[in-house]
Amino acid sequence: MLNLLMEKPMLQNATHDVEIKTEKMKISVNGLNAYYGSLQVIKNINLEIMANRATAIIGPSGCGKSTFIRCLNRMHEVIPKAKSDGEVLLDGENIYGGDIDLINLRRRVGMVFQRPNPFPAFTIFDNVASGLKLTGTRDRAFLEDAVERSLVKAALWDEVKDKLNHSGASLSGGQQQRLCIARALAVNPEIILFDEPCSALDPISTGKIEELIHEIKKIYTIVIVTHNMQQAARVSDYTAYFYIGELVEFGETKKIFTNPSKKETEDYITGRFG
Amino acid sequence: MKFSSQTKQKIAFMLLGIASTIVIVPVIVIFTILIQKGLPAINWQFLTAMPRMGMRAGGIFPAIMGTLYLVSGTIVVALPLGVLAAIYLVEYARRNFLTRMIEVAIVNLAGVPSVVYGLFGMGLFVIYLKMGVSIVAGALTLAIMILPVIITSAKEALQSVPRSFREASLALGVSKWQTIRYVVLPNALPGILTGTILGISRAAGETAPILFTVAAFYLPRLPKSIFDQCMALPYHLYVLSTQVPNVSPKIQYGTALVLVGMVFLLNLVAVIVRSHIRSRKQW
Repeated sequence: MLNLLMEKPMLQNATHDVEIKTEKMKISVNGLNAYYGSLQVIKNINLEIMANRATAIIGPSGCGKSTFIRCLNRMHEVIPKAKSDGEVLLDGENIYGGDIDLINLRRRVGMVFQRPNPFPAFTIFDNVASGLKLTGTRDRAFLEDAVERSLVKAALWDEVKDKLNHSGASLSGGQQQRLCIARALAVNPEIILFDEPCSALDPISTGKIEELIHEIKKIYTIVIVTHNMQQAARVSDYTAYFYIGELVEFGETKKIFTNPSKKETEDYITGRFG
Repeated sequence: MKFSSQTKQKIAFMLLGIASTIVIVPVIVIFTILIQKGLPAINWQFLTAMPRMGMRAGGIFPAIMGTLYLVSGTIVVALPLGVLAAIYLVEYARRNFLTRMIEVAIVNLAGVPSVVYGLFGMGLFVIYLKMGVSIVAGALTLAIMILPVIITSAKEALQSVPRSFREASLALGVSKWQTIRYVVLPNALPGILTGTILGISRAAGETAPILFTVAAFYLPRLPKSIFDQCMALPYHLYVLSTQVPNVSPKIQYGTALVLVGMVFLLNLVAVIVRSHIRSRKQW
């Protein structure tokens, strides 16, 4: 019932064939604040993230983009002295509510980090299987199937299928990042948070990961932090512009990049500052 | 007098070089003397026979075995205890008065003279807990002595594991304990082993802590159980050098060489294990 109320039609491609697309809300952020000690880095954010869409978070360094997405799977509080308050509704349920199971939440909301961080002591297979294995899945056939499916989705299968028992650290940077994506996919999340996933990668690897994001958003909801505006324009359906901890503008990527309603947004995306 | 910066640099390098060389000299001298005077004593019989004639003849087998038992017992007790304590302090404990007190206690424990450990071990294990003069009492005393070394090195090893590994694991929905067990601990293992190496060396070489807790003056047989006393190399060496008249210096130096060689060997094993583990991790 709640879901029905949240669905709202949206007008796309208004100039050409008029198509009504149903957008379904996945995450609703209401009045979110985040702090490091006494320093407030996120100020009263209100934002809605649509299911099976890619939402890009852009803004200059230090504007709280990464902190914001780390609040969506409660990884922010892992840092000592970091805390947050407000409401983040995931399918209508507040993840900051009292009875939320953190382990279950983080399985539903996966994350890919800025620097590729495969577990160096694990093989490629074990890296992908780690989320399942470490949470108690022992069934070998199930693991093998999950690893293959995840690596295929992450567009890495062909490159590593003959060396699954090599160390994850033996791969190149771009391959490592796709390995990390496969690892996040293996636990079958609903949402994947990308924290500047390409900032440590070369343009070819970046291209592969962007293609990959385009492909997997059919199945998953994507939130991607990037300080590369072309990247935001290429991969995302919605874009949020953050500046010093505040949400300046949020809307369809097409509109933000062609006809932003705020002057600050326009200045940033046209490169006049940032 | 004014020197050019070139000359100054040369003088500085020379001083640094001299300082480092001075460090090597005693090591070389000790080894040379030990090998020169001790090597002729070492043969199969010396290593595997019981001492005879009031330790003036025969071998040092029970002392070698005694030291091996003590070192193994010490590690079995101190390693798990120290690593678990380090995990608690690094991963779980909040920074408060209690944890600060624990950290201060660990630092102070490291500074306690070894003879005090010996007296403490005698008071607590031998007399109060009625273990008697025994391998258990000795190993427990040595374990308490090396705990600070193991805890400190394990703490540093755990802290040096990059946060990104923990985050990667936590973000997959893996619990904190599973993350520590399968992601953090394997990567901290080389550092923990370094502390263990230092611990082994100390436990094998100390005389004072075993003096009142386990060491037998002259016991020409192997211990029957862990509640038996045993001979141990450092104490045996002390006895040979000061308590028994007319011992040939050959036997004294031979015993010293075996003790040093054994510590060296135990360290070597740990170093090989560590480099084997290190070769698997790359970041």
